[in-house]
Amino acid sequence: MPTMPRPRLILGLLIVMTLVVPATRAAAAGVRVSIACGALGVELALCREAAEEWAQQTGNSVSIVNTPNSSSDRFSLYVQLLASRSPEIDVLQIDVVWPGMLGSHLLDLGPAFADRVPGMFPALTDNNTVDGRLVAIPWYVDAGVLYYRRDLLEKHGIAPPQSWDEMTRAAGTIQTRERAAGQSGLWGFVFQGKPYEGLTCDALEWIASWGGGSFVDADGDITVNNPLAATALRRAASWIGTIAPRGVLNYDEESARGVFQTGNAVFMRNWPYAWALAQGEDSPVRGRVGVIALPKGGPDGRHAGTLGGWQLAVSRYSRHPQAATDLVRHLTSARIQKMRAIRGAYNPTIMALYHDPEILAANPFFEALLPSFVEAIPRPARQTGAHYNQVSAAIWRTVHAVLSGSTDAPEGLEQLQQSLDRIRHRARW
Amino acid sequence: MTARNRRQSAWIFLAPMLIVLSLVAAWPLARTLFYSTTNATLIDMADYDFVGLGNYLGYSNGRWYGLLTDPQWLLALRNTLFFAFVSVAIETVLGVAIALLVNARLPGRGLMRAAMLVPWAIPTVVSAKMWAWMLNDQFGIVNDMLLRGGIVEAPLAWLGSAGLAMASMIAVDVWKATPFVAMLVLAALQTLPRDCYEAAQVDGIAPAKLFFRVTLPLIRPVLTVAVIFRLLDAMRMFDLAYVMTGTNDATMTLSVHARQQLVDFQDVGYGSTVSTTLFFMIVLVTALYVAALKPLGRNP
Repeated sequence: MPTMPRPRLILGLLIVMTLVVPATRAAAAGVRVSIACGALGVELALCREAAEEWAQQTGNSVSIVNTPNSSSDRFSLYVQLLASRSPEIDVLQIDVVWPGMLGSHLLDLGPAFADRVPGMFPALTDNNTVDGRLVAIPWYVDAGVLYYRRDLLEKHGIAPPQSWDEMTRAAGTIQTRERAAGQSGLWGFVFQGKPYEGLTCDALEWIASWGGGSFVDADGDITVNNPLAATALRRAASWIGTIAPRGVLNYDEESARGVFQTGNAVFMRNWPYAWALAQGEDSPVRGRVGVIALPKGGPDGRHAGTLGGWQLAVSRYSRHPQAATDLVRHLTSARIQKMRAIRGAYNPTIMALYHDPEILAANPFFEALLPSFVEAIPRPARQTGAHYNQVSAAIWRTVHAVLSGSTDAPEGLEQLQQSLDRIRHRARW
Repeated sequence: MTARNRRQSAWIFLAPMLIVLSLVAAWPLARTLFYSTTNATLIDMADYDFVGLGNYLGYSNGRWYGLLTDPQWLLALRNTLFFAFVSVAIETVLGVAIALLVNARLPGRGLMRAAMLVPWAIPTVVSAKMWAWMLNDQFGIVNDMLLRGGIVEAPLAWLGSAGLAMASMIAVDVWKATPFVAMLVLAALQTLPRDCYEAAQVDGIAPAKLFFRVTLPLIRPVLTVAVIFRLLDAMRMFDLAYVMTGTNDATMTLSVHARQQLVDFQDVGYGSTVSTTLFFMIVLVTALYVAALKPLGRNP
């Protein structure tokens, strides 16, 4: 039957497979659960350790699936596996903006986690609820923060900046003085300027900090074309080539960290993961780094960090949904979250852990930044659902054009408004 | 053996190839064509409506829509054509020049011929990543050498600025693919009849004239093959752009655009449309190739 459509063919194969291997399903203990979490370094090590602990306790076994480090590459891997209904991965680590796009392929974990949900950040559990189904459990929460070189600020008698104006001035002053003193490669500020998801996060922070909204409001109306957003983008564009290297237009998180951690930048916008690395044994800036909330916009502005973080979800095509759910319960438990917070600076999703003395001793900035996490600004993923990536691509494309100077802020925002209108028209959100 | 028998056994010998080709080429192609007339998404591939040719071009509510009116697609098309023509032109000229050089009786040409192949042998993803590091604005060795040599005053953002990003991508492609052209041309040069050159030497013909009047016409068939192969490759270029600059508008090629629609946006219908148009463009180039080779085949 050469005309048989592929989904039915695959479904057919799946049915055959379930008929062939009913023995493994019947035996509750001793199944093999595969999990995709982290790609390298401390993230992978922590996940492996906790997952293997679960395997020992329950008599099951786990296999860690290697995934790409870049989140967009990871997304494409998941999309290909899930769209072909592959049972290859049982537990998936997914980004905070993916529940709307992948939700139809994920199990509803609501019933199994009814006891846990009340203790978690409501913003996250809301975010992970798609059409009334809790499709993923928050594992760690992220928010954009500002790193600064404490030693350099102290040396030049400058206080940690509270507004973008102060940050721009401080970065410019220190850059000029230090370059004159011989450090010719020093830059004032690095961030994520490459046209990809990271730029959408940075742009949301600039615009929200000036009070310019978050591109699309809670009702799904497009609000991006406003004067405050234009001010925010114009200010960001003024950094390029003055306090930020032109190369920032191709930087992601790790490129920015490379410049900052080698001592070549005064300020850096990044996620909290960079803290543990900047304080690592081999870090040239160890002990000379501070972390504060991202600066406010104008006089009526606010500190705004983009809500990030990763969740654990169970694939609908898993052959061992029960065991996989149990593994997620183990990995998101308070004990494992505490271990990950102390050893990897992963921000817990359980609110009570922010008062734990051992966690605060390892991450002194957690308590001061708690408001940043609680009030972190979500990207418009909930409203735009399955079309979020299209919305985000339109945003980063425009912001990149404004930063590179090929269009000015008001004109760019006008075009962005039109693109978003077109996407909305097709998507009918 | 009768003619009929011979035909039969020919088909039997051809059958494995035909079956494999229809499985790995014709079937996916047919499905891509099919999906390009639907609004299917990866969320549920079985749930779609037919939209006819609406993904290509349509008209509704007083407005044209579809691929042919999509500024992003037009941008990717322009980038792809620009990249293909500029990089292949440079590769051809450089490839012929290098082939002539290593064809000359110079000391160490054996080593030279082997070293030439290194860029071609490295997988593109690896060399793209390697060049991205070498072109890094802060730590890259390219900026370091330019700064030390006093050629530039401040480090250049090779992959950050629009024009430079495209130029860098072309440069890396030239680095990688010139050996391919050079090798093919070198093979052709070695089969050239010596008597032409001996006669030219006796007549005292200038080297430049000798090249344009004798060498170039003789290697033209091979050069045509090399250029068309390179054009086909360059038109569907994906890895360099994706690894070096990601989804940057300045370097977005049709393949990167198709991937973004299909995978990032999960839009199988529209993504298939992008792939299908790219396929027909490549068919067009292949047709040119066949047409260009026909007269050559008749008169070897």
